[in-house]
Formats: sequence, structure tokens, C-alpha cells
Amino acid sequence: MVRTIEATRPISESIPTPPKIKVSLKINGDLKQLQIAPWTSLLDLLRDTLDLTGTKKGCDHGQCGACTVLVDGRRVNSCLTLAVMKDGSEVTTIEGLMADGKLHALQQAFIDHDAFQCGYCTPGQICSAAGLLAEGKAHTAEEIRELMSGNICRCGAYPNIVAAIQQAMSAMGGNS
Amino acid sequence: MINFQYARPNEVADAVRQIAADPRARFIAGGTNLLDLMKSDVEQPSRLIDISRLPLKSVEETPDGGLRIGALVPNTDLAYHPLVESRYPLLASAIMAGASQQLRNMASTGGNLMQRTRCYYFYDIATPCNKREPGSGCSAIEGLNRMHAILGTSESCIAVYPSDMSIALAALEATVRVMGPGGERTMAFADFHRLPGDTPERDNNLEPNEIITAIELPPQGFAKNHSYLKIRDRLSYAFALVSVAAALEMDGEAVKEARLALGGVAHKPWRVEAAEAALAGQPANEASFAKAADIVLSGAKGFEHNAFKIDLARRAIIRTLTQAANGTPQSQSSKKIR
Ligand SMILES: Cc1cc2nc3c(=O)[nH]c(=O)nc-3n(C[C@H](O)[C@H](O)[C@H](O)COP(=O)(O)OP(=O)(O)OC[C@H]3O[C@@H](n4cnc5c(N)ncnc54)[C@H](O)[C@@H]3O)c2cc1C
Ligand code: SF4
Ligand code: FES
Ligand code: FES
Repeated sequence: MVRTIEATRPISESIPTPPKIKVSLKINGDLKQLQIAPWTSLLDLLRDTLDLTGTKKGCDHGQCGACTVLVDGRRVNSCLTLAVMKDGSEVTTIEGLMADGKLHALQQAFIDHDAFQCGYCTPGQICSAAGLLAEGKAHTAEEIRELMSGNICRCGAYPNIVAAIQQAMSAMGGNS
Repeated sequence: MINFQYARPNEVADAVRQIAADPRARFIAGGTNLLDLMKSDVEQPSRLIDISRLPLKSVEETPDGGLRIGALVPNTDLAYHPLVESRYPLLASAIMAGASQQLRNMASTGGNLMQRTRCYYFYDIATPCNKREPGSGCSAIEGLNRMHAILGTSESCIAVYPSDMSIALAALEATVRVMGPGGERTMAFADFHRLPGDTPERDNNLEPNEIITAIELPPQGFAKNHSYLKIRDRLSYAFALVSVAAALEMDGEAVKEARLALGGVAHKPWRVEAAEAALAGQPANEASFAKAADIVLSGAKGFEHNAFKIDLARRAIIRTLTQAANGTPQSQSSKKIR
């Protein structure tokens, strides 16, 4: 068998603590001027600094999609995004999808189709679906399933999620 | 994650100067692999050099009729690029077979090439791993090795290289353009990635002070007869156990020219020119494809948990070549294998 080694790696060598960096981000329409440490993920910034806790942390490693938000209109995993790298960008989270006091078509469709059970994956599912609609590449249920595969639902609400997305798609004039 | 400094150069030359000045610095592009590894303390860079805004984001036709792809073109944009969809559909398909749409939106072309193995022990800093800690031993050879390599392994490492995109690039005979302190050079795709040998800590032949600037594709795109088949534990959002990129130039019912590259089986995209040569001039049928598969897999060696990959690869090669010959490439949304 292989021998075991101790965790001898230098976990924190003498790298000076870097200064915080000035970043401006437009988050759900509000321009924010922030000072952030370079290692802050966009997810931690949203949840811990800005109190936007709708975006969820599932795995913190890109494997579940719970942290999905839109950056400049494209869906990304905020857990694998360094906030400093997005200086100048526009970020949309689940809190920013409502407009004029009305739920986004996807939010309404998720309610109509009972597209969640515990709800933990739902903000990520909805932001991801918003990205999917903007991309305009999914037309069939099969294509929706494939292009939504980056969002895991531990409760297994998948059939209702697909139905909700199809409803929002036709409500918004897409074909499905 | 440990402390690190952050820098954002505006020019490629400046990025090269910065990486050359600090051997513990790393480039960061999409961040989808590097940040993941940093969270596990596998990578502990002193400085992140953010290259994501460098002007390497275009896809352009080259004078010889090929395509030059900037190293920072996101995976999604590349897969959906009209010239890639129409002329290099094998590449588009392989990209869409990997990761998730969110990750593909973030991931860059250069970063995809550079992504490191998903070997569980490589990720777990409490276990020995020659790739992470040279000389410490390989935990996989006698450990959990279901996902590991069956070809080109060494006594020091049996890891596989996980990229899907690169398997298509290998079949298409792409070229990698890199820039270092001394200027630009190009590498044939086959020379980019390495076998583990006794230096598994090196995944590829990029020097530590070099940056990938572009990938170039030759004019021949095999747009009519191609297929990328990826076999994995679930239908989507999972790494390949075995994947096959096949590209054929047909002459009626016969194969005129063949390209065949395998993923999920080795430390680099696996291509065997003798197998491709054996297909040339042969009828496009199961017997010819089986013969090619046998040549590809002649040196294959399984370990305790992954010996199944040998037969899986054999059948996947035959199926993918059949799909390519029939002009019915594997769909990446319908998972039915025809
Ligand atoms: C959950 C999950 C599932 C995945 N599934 C798949 C899959 O099924 N198939 C697949 O193929 N991939 C898969 N991936 C991997 C993904 O494709 C890679 O992480 C991605 O392509 C890396 O690109 P990046 O731009 O984010 O790289 P980064 O993380 O930014 O960089 C990776 C490495 O490349 C170096 N680098 C980046 N750009 C350059 C450059 N221009 N020149 C020199 N060095 C450079 C960096 O220094 C770093 O060491 C998955 C990833 C995750 C997290
Ligand atoms: S297979 Fe390679 S990467 Fe995995 S433990 Fe062995 S040396 Fe490390
Ligand atoms: S928390 Fe980001 S993908 Fe799981
Ligand atoms: S609703 Fe519970 S994880 Fe999706």
C-alpha cells in the first residue's frame, strides 16, 4: 500500500496580506462601490457582504448550480467567480428578476408548476433558466434538460422545472 | 485558499513578464479549474495574473482557409460560432459534451487545454500523489482507480486528462500558439500534452513562463462525417469514462482518410496513427472499425477497477466510427446512441 504523508504543504507562507481592491459592480440595477479582498468569490460577496442571500451555496466547487447568477446577462457559477475579476460588470440575482412589482415569468411559472420542493436549488434554477432563455438555443424539452444540466435538484423536481421553463418560454414568445 | 496578490495586465507581453518574474504566480482566465484547486489547497499561487481581459477573444479565418481561435474565447462562444458550427462541427459537439452551460460560459479555450486531472487523490492533499507532490507515491495505482487511464500509464501516475474539447482538437490536428519572453512559437497538438513517465507533475509542454495565445485549425474540418461520443456515469455534467472523436473523409462506401482520438483513457488525447492508416481505403463497415479499435487498444492495460474501460472503448470506437461514416453524429442533447 501507499504510505500516508502528513499535510506538509505550507498552507500559509509569508505572502503579505494583499490590500483590498476597489471594485464597482452594478448589482440588480444598483451601482455599488466596494473594497474587497482578492479571494472573495462573487457568491460570498453577494451573501455575506451585500446580504443578498437568495443566491445559495451548495457545493462551492461548480458542481451543483445553486449559486448561478447572471453576469452581463450570462449565467455563471458565482462560487467559481472572483468578485475582483468582474469589476465594472452587471450582476443579476434572483432578488433582481422582479420588475414593476411583478414576478418574472419564470418565477410565476415555477409557482404554477410546483417546480420545487425544498426550494434550495430554485434561485439557481431560475437564474439559469433566465440565462437559457436569453441564449435562445433550447427549443425542445430534451434541449432544455441538457442545457439545464448544470443545476442539480436534490428533490428531483426536474419534470416540473422543465414544464415551468416551457411555460415561461411560450409566455415570452419563444418556441417550445 | 491562502493569501495571494492580484494583478490585471493589459497586454500579453506584460502578462508574460509578470509570470516570468514569479514562478509561484498563475494565470487565471475563467477560473473554473484554478479556483476549484485553490479551494482544495492543491494550488497555492502567490499571485493571480488575471488574463481574462487580454485581447485574445476573437475567432478569425486564417489566410490558408483555417481558423484561429483566441485563447480567451469562452467555450460556449466557440461552440456556437457559425464558422465552428458549419465547418468544425466535431469541435462544437465535443465542447457541448463537457461541463455545464454555466461553466462553458466561464471557461476559456486556453484554460480548457490546461485543465488538470480529476484524480481524487490529486485533489486530496492528505494523500500521496506524484503529480501534486513529486516523489510522494501514487495512491491510485492500488487504490480507487475506476476513472483512471488504460493507455500510456507509468509506474508513477495513471491519471487521465479530462478535457472533451481537446479530444476534438487532437483529431482535427490543431496547432497551439504560445508566447514566452523570447517570442512566439507553435506546437502541434500531439506535442502539447505529455504522458506521465517519471515526471507526472508536468501535464504538458508549455513552459512556466509562457502563455497560450491561440489555437489554430487547419482548413480540413471533416464537417460531413464526424461524431463525438462520450460515455459517462450520468447523462450530462459528468466527466468521460471513455470518449471518442471520429472524423472521416469518405470516398463512396470506403474510407479515404480517418482521424480517431480518445478521451478518458490516458494522460493526453490518445491518437494512434497506425489505426487511422489501417482504415484508409477500407470499406466503412464493422470489420474495418473493429480492426482499427484493436490497433488503438493493443497496448491497453486495466487496473483493479477500470479494466472495463478496455472493452467499453473498443465498442465506443466502433460505434463512433459507424456514426461518422453514416453522417449521423451523436447528438449532445438526445442521449440515445444510435
Ligand atoms: C463541476 C465541473 C465539471 C466539469 N466537467 C467537464 C467536462 O465534462 N469536460 C471538460 O472538458 N471539462 C469539464 N470541466 C472543466 C472545465 O472545462 C475547465 O475547468 C475549464 O475549461 C478551464 O478553463 P478556465 O478558463 O476556467 O481555466 P482557469 O481555471 O482560469 O485556468 C486553468 C489553468 O490554466 C491556466 N491558463 C488559463 N489560461 C491560460 C493561457 N491562456 N495560457 C496559459 N495558461 C493558462 C491557468 O493558469 C490555470 O493553471 C468541469 C469543471 C467543473 C468545475
Ligand atoms: S494517478 Fe497521478 S494524479 Fe492520481 S494519485 Fe497517482 S500520481 Fe496522483
Ligand atoms: S455552489 Fe456554486 S456550483 Fe455549487
Ligand atoms: S427543490 Fe429541493 S433541491 Fe431542488
